[in-house]
Amino acid sequence: MMGEIIHLLLGPLAHPFMVRGLLASLIVGIVCAVLGTFVVLRGMAFLGDALAHTILPGVAIGYLLSGGARGPLFWWALATGVLTSIGIGAISLQGQIKEDTAIGVIFAGMFALGIALISTVRSYSVDLAHFLFGNVLAVAPSDLVLTAAFGGLVLLLILAFYKEFLVISFDPILAATLRIPSKFFHYLLLVMLAVTIVISLQTVGVGLMVAMLVTPAATSSLLTRRLPAMMAVSTAIGGFSAVAGLYLSYYANIASGAAIVLVCTGLFILAFVFAPHKGALWRALRKKGKAFA
Amino acid sequence: MAAILSKRYVHDAQAPSVSVKGVTVQYDGTRALDDVSFELVRGERVAVVGPNGAGKSTLFKVIAGVLQPTHGQVTLFGTEPQRHICVGYVPQRSQVDMSFPVNVRDVVMMGRTGRLGLLRWPTRRDRQLVQESLELVAMADLASRQIGELSGGQQQRVFIARALAQGAEIMLMDEPLTGLDVNSQEDILHILNELHRRGVTVLVATHDLNQAARCFDRVMLLNRRLIGLDYPDKILNATLLWQAYGEQLRLVETKDGAMVFSDTACSGDHLESE
Repeated sequence: MMGEIIHLLLGPLAHPFMVRGLLASLIVGIVCAVLGTFVVLRGMAFLGDALAHTILPGVAIGYLLSGGARGPLFWWALATGVLTSIGIGAISLQGQIKEDTAIGVIFAGMFALGIALISTVRSYSVDLAHFLFGNVLAVAPSDLVLTAAFGGLVLLLILAFYKEFLVISFDPILAATLRIPSKFFHYLLLVMLAVTIVISLQTVGVGLMVAMLVTPAATSSLLTRRLPAMMAVSTAIGGFSAVAGLYLSYYANIASGAAIVLVCTGLFILAFVFAPHKGALWRALRKKGKAFA
Repeated sequence: MAAILSKRYVHDAQAPSVSVKGVTVQYDGTRALDDVSFELVRGERVAVVGPNGAGKSTLFKVIAGVLQPTHGQVTLFGTEPQRHICVGYVPQRSQVDMSFPVNVRDVVMMGRTGRLGLLRWPTRRDRQLVQESLELVAMADLASRQIGELSGGQQQRVFIARALAQGAEIMLMDEPLTGLDVNSQEDILHILNELHRRGVTVLVATHDLNQAARCFDRVMLLNRRLIGLDYPDKILNATLLWQAYGEQLRLVETKDGAMVFSDTACSGDHLESE
């Protein structure tokens, strides 16, 4: 029995592309889960989803210019992501049009532009699918290095400015009276979000990105009561989902990004129903207990 | 180090703790504040009274240096608010996300963020200050509770402790008594006395005229314009109250004297018990 499990776990590791895929997924799962706690607490889920989609035209241009080579795509995506995150940040601080409306307009427009650009290539549908839903098994060693470097940078920034991010998220007026440069940190968070989205492109792609950001953190919020604990549990869920999802994808022969997200979602449903105190079952039982008491 | 500190926290001991000169705030054509001027001395307790929409929150934001007035000038201890981190803002409870994953101690520690500066973690001294602040508001026993699990009065005390940990010398409280039961209100008024003793200038927005008259050194009547700022017995007269509240006020003559019924509308809060 034990031997079989070990065999099942080690089997995929015989392929170098699987090892790289696992490492890339693990990094992405962890970085998304940590940054995701702020995305959830600040109500930036829609913003994250939109930002992921607006990267598509940048990726498409890079793709067309490089004639199909994947190497330069990372930098094109990064440049587009940083630019649009700053643009979206400016709109959200502007207040002329409602923020979610403005984001919706830009997001759909940019996404359409990306699709239009990619559709000029003959292998349109396959390429588009890779950008939309990821292709983790095609992670090259150089991709892995970039993923680790930029993922590490995001984690380092969160650690360095933890208390500032906490204050601007919990109480903007306190942040202002303490003379914390809230705008700077708002933009920094958006740029970090863009970087995280770019390193996640190959793992889960544009379309499923938001799940990696939101689902582990949301699950964790049902199980914890303090931010450090929420981050730790979210990290564990994100990391586990990434690895478990990839195994699932290997053995069940399903798309890797989708498999990872499905594991995340499954964990969320479990927590939503069974979590102590905050779970649906617990609350229903307590209500019943009160009714009988 | 001393140079950096003095650049930021210059306090002129002779200057008024709060000085507001000709402050007007305009939001898209409507005036939230109209040519407001006054001065407060160190350690004063002032109740700010006026109907809903009188500009109380706007005034607080201008004093805190969070909002730039359209005209006029604010100085704290002689210099503009943006150079101070000694202003504690105690928000209305309805404006805070009480489900946020922080406990009482975490919230109070946030007050230390400004003094700590970037890339510094709290030291033992910070933790000690947080503990002392919690003891002062009698919340040390509940330091590990998540803030959503507290009663309204307890939450209010936590935010006062946070301002104390911040080292606030001017405290702005936006309706801290609204929606609290009598005992919780008394607890907070008790803390206000302690703040007064420590020389903290306190401005409290309130709907309760009786409390304003009973528990504060001076009362400010505000309705976009400054109607008056004086000792309670001078300010609570029919002419001034009528100017502040107009139609929202009822005066009833009884054989024991005039009774005033004020606008007690609360912003979505409900009475709750400890």
